[in-house]
Amino acid sequence: MKFAIAVHGAPHTSQASASAYRFARALLDEGHELYRVFFYRDGVHNGSALAAPPQDEQDLTADWQTLARTHNVDLLVCIAAALRRGILNADEAERYAKPAANLAQGFELGGLGQLVDAAVHVDRLITFGA
Amino acid sequence: MRRQLLFINRHSPYGESVARDALDAVMTAAAYDQHISLLFLDDGVFQLLVGQAPGSIAQKSLGASLPALPLYEVEDIYVHLGSLQARGLSPEDLILESVTLLDDAAVQALRARQDHILSF
Repeated sequence: MKFAIAVHGAPHTSQASASAYRFARALLDEGHELYRVFFYRDGVHNGSALAAPPQDEQDLTADWQTLARTHNVDLLVCIAAALRRGILNADEAERYAKPAANLAQGFELGGLGQLVDAAVHVDRLITFGA
Repeated sequence: MRRQLLFINRHSPYGESVARDALDAVMTAAAYDQHISLLFLDDGVFQLLVGQAPGSIAQKSLGASLPALPLYEVEDIYVHLGSLQARGLSPEDLILESVTLLDDAAVQALRARQDHILSF
């Protein structure tokens, strides 16, 4: 079965991101396909390369990156939500004359249309943190 | 492909961004020509109240945006009757005239005929 996941909660604030990650791992382990993970609202903080959690805590950004690498998963960060919260790639940092870019490698900025596109293409769309 | 998408709004309009974020997602899905239904449930019914004036807290009025939904061909707008009644509200308190009131069983039926449900 083909899945997409929407993540609305910030890592370290709500359980949403960690649950979404575990769900993603579980469905891939079961042989299902993960079409896309869409990070919306506070979920965009999953894509920050600057988060530095303590070493004995889960590093969700790194975990998502590993998942994307090993399973070729699309990690899409809503650009409107990201810009508001200071998650920028190099292009956006330049466009808005900000001093740094911090979108983690393996994540991409995109529009809400990518969430709709996921809904069109998958059998199951699961939202975490609503 | 045209999909049946149900957006469920369960939170009050201000104090957090969820209602605005839901509306952005609804407008986007409408632009992508999906079949959209919108359900206001629990505190989500407060999003529909007349007389919203959030200018004093530096917020844009959600109540001003909602009547534009039919222009985006979002016309299937539902309100859970029990959520209204539990909050002492009646249909006359709502900013939209063309909403459909649903009881619990009708909400269940609405959910059952969707391809996807997006919760906000």
